Amino acid sequence: MPKVLIVAEHSGGRLNQSTARCVSCALQIEGNGADVVVLGQDCAAPAAEAATLRGVARVLSVQRPENAAPLAAVLAPQIAALAAGYSHVLGPSTTFGKDLMPRVAALLGAGQVSDLMSVEGPRRFKRPVYAGNAIVTVEVPDSLPVVATVRTASFKPAGAGGAAAVEAATPGAELPGHTRFVEQRGGGGGARPDLQTARLVVSGGRGVGSEANFALLYQFAARIGAAVGASRAAVDAGYVPNDMQVGQTGKIIAPELYMAFGISGAIQHLTGIKDAGLIVAINKDPEAPIFQVADVGLVGDLFTVIPALERALA
Amino acid sequence: MQCHTGARNVQKIMVCLKRVVDYNVRIRLKPDNSGVVTDGVKMSINPFDEIALEEALRLRERGVAAEVLVVGIGPADCQQQLRTGLAMGADRAILVEHDDEVLPLTAARVFLRLAEREQPGLVLLGKQAIDDDCNQTGQMLAALWGRPQATFASKLEIEAGVAVVTREVDAGLEVISVDLPAVVTTDLRLNEPRYVKLPDIMKAKKKPLETLTLAGLGVAPAGGLRTVAWEAPQARQKGAMVTDVDALVATLRDKGFFN
Repeated sequence: MPKVLIVAEHSGGRLNQSTARCVSCALQIEGNGADVVVLGQDCAAPAAEAATLRGVARVLSVQRPENAAPLAAVLAPQIAALAAGYSHVLGPSTTFGKDLMPRVAALLGAGQVSDLMSVEGPRRFKRPVYAGNAIVTVEVPDSLPVVATVRTASFKPAGAGGAAAVEAATPGAELPGHTRFVEQRGGGGGARPDLQTARLVVSGGRGVGSEANFALLYQFAARIGAAVGASRAAVDAGYVPNDMQVGQTGKIIAPELYMAFGISGAIQHLTGIKDAGLIVAINKDPEAPIFQVADVGLVGDLFTVIPALERALA
Repeated sequence: MQCHTGARNVQKIMVCLKRVVDYNVRIRLKPDNSGVVTDGVKMSINPFDEIALEEALRLRERGVAAEVLVVGIGPADCQQQLRTGLAMGADRAILVEHDDEVLPLTAARVFLRLAEREQPGLVLLGKQAIDDDCNQTGQMLAALWGRPQATFASKLEIEAGVAVVTREVDAGLEVISVDLPAVVTTDLRLNEPRYVKLPDIMKAKKKPLETLTLAGLGVAPAGGLRTVAWEAPQARQKGAMVTDVDALVATLRDKGFFN
């Protein structure tokens, strides 16, 4: 019978929502529930939060000073040691999980299923390749543990209502001293809703034209309570910081509403939004590829459309 | 951060180059759904690996490193991409010939053997390849090698046996410091790779390109993941166009937003 271990992501004392999405994925592999491991210096709060998720059987809390920052080289040997009792080890396909899980897989002598988007069987999964231009079904043999990163946009977060036990765990692993955390610099989000979990997302591309012009999007987003994203072109041009990038190499998101302003719609961008509920595109160029996938399109100048939208929604 | 010219920090940098379908090619599935069409399709160096090579060349040019070695795994045709790497400025190349699919864990095991043989002070490669989008090989190599990893690098500074790496993460930027040798995987904004000039292509033909085999290195292809089916993604349907903001707002309200 499968036994699933989920590696929790957390920061600032809060569990990241990606963990609840991994729980939903795990329940499709083994319906009776999954264990969650939380590693940190002082991670009692996120561990308690994980214990409330419906579908979590047990929470393992690994607290030690070395786990203060999520360094893959430090966390991986501890997770690999804990993995011995499990058939599946899942982490989120966020930068945290993408960094960490392949290191865990290699320590276990296993491959990894990256960006797991659907469960076809306990050892059979679908995942996107070529920036989402093709989908492959992969199978992991019984002889190896399944190590996977879960494409969070493909799974709804597990709800509350669980009451799992939290147990302290002390995996026996030698931790390297060759990797040190220096600092974390916040991104461009400010007080806005988190891009990866927001219901509404307003996004800008090269058509926005400048860093200063992005103020128009920030103001509109604040008005409607939306997070702000951007295309790679806007990030490369220096209009906004990297953590706002949506797409193949940025964030993969699934908001209920995605409003794209001045984004042409390269396939690498579209792969980041294909699970959005409703895609609205505003672009001056009627030939922009984004109109081929948008649910609602408006050919127009974003600098007149946004103020008009604000007035209409006021 | 200053660099100590003359006192090199890294003797050798190993850069891993993967041959992939070119970034600009429109990907098509084969009619029998056995994979994507690669016959007659333009192949290139994985763009993230090209950024890795550019960074290695700049480190050598700044006197931080002495030698840049490019390595690849795949069929004999991969020589083309390694030659391009040599034309960009790498000093020599190694191709590990293998005609079948190369899983990231297999690639990591091959690169481990090459790292043991070549003893690089730094291994640079792209954070992911744009074909399988796995984002695994660098981390797996670091694990097998027992060395640090710094993934998704957007800035790399090297001094006194230590690399200080700025990483692009979901929350913004993270800075870590790792002892060398280390594996660094490169993100998009680390640099802009140079263009290859014709005389450099001529010069590259004379640079050494060694050919090895998986078996010769004592590496067996990793078992594990087996791809059993290919399919086209579910396409989103093209929706309706509206002609003005009022119609857009009406549509949004009709869909349940802003009511």
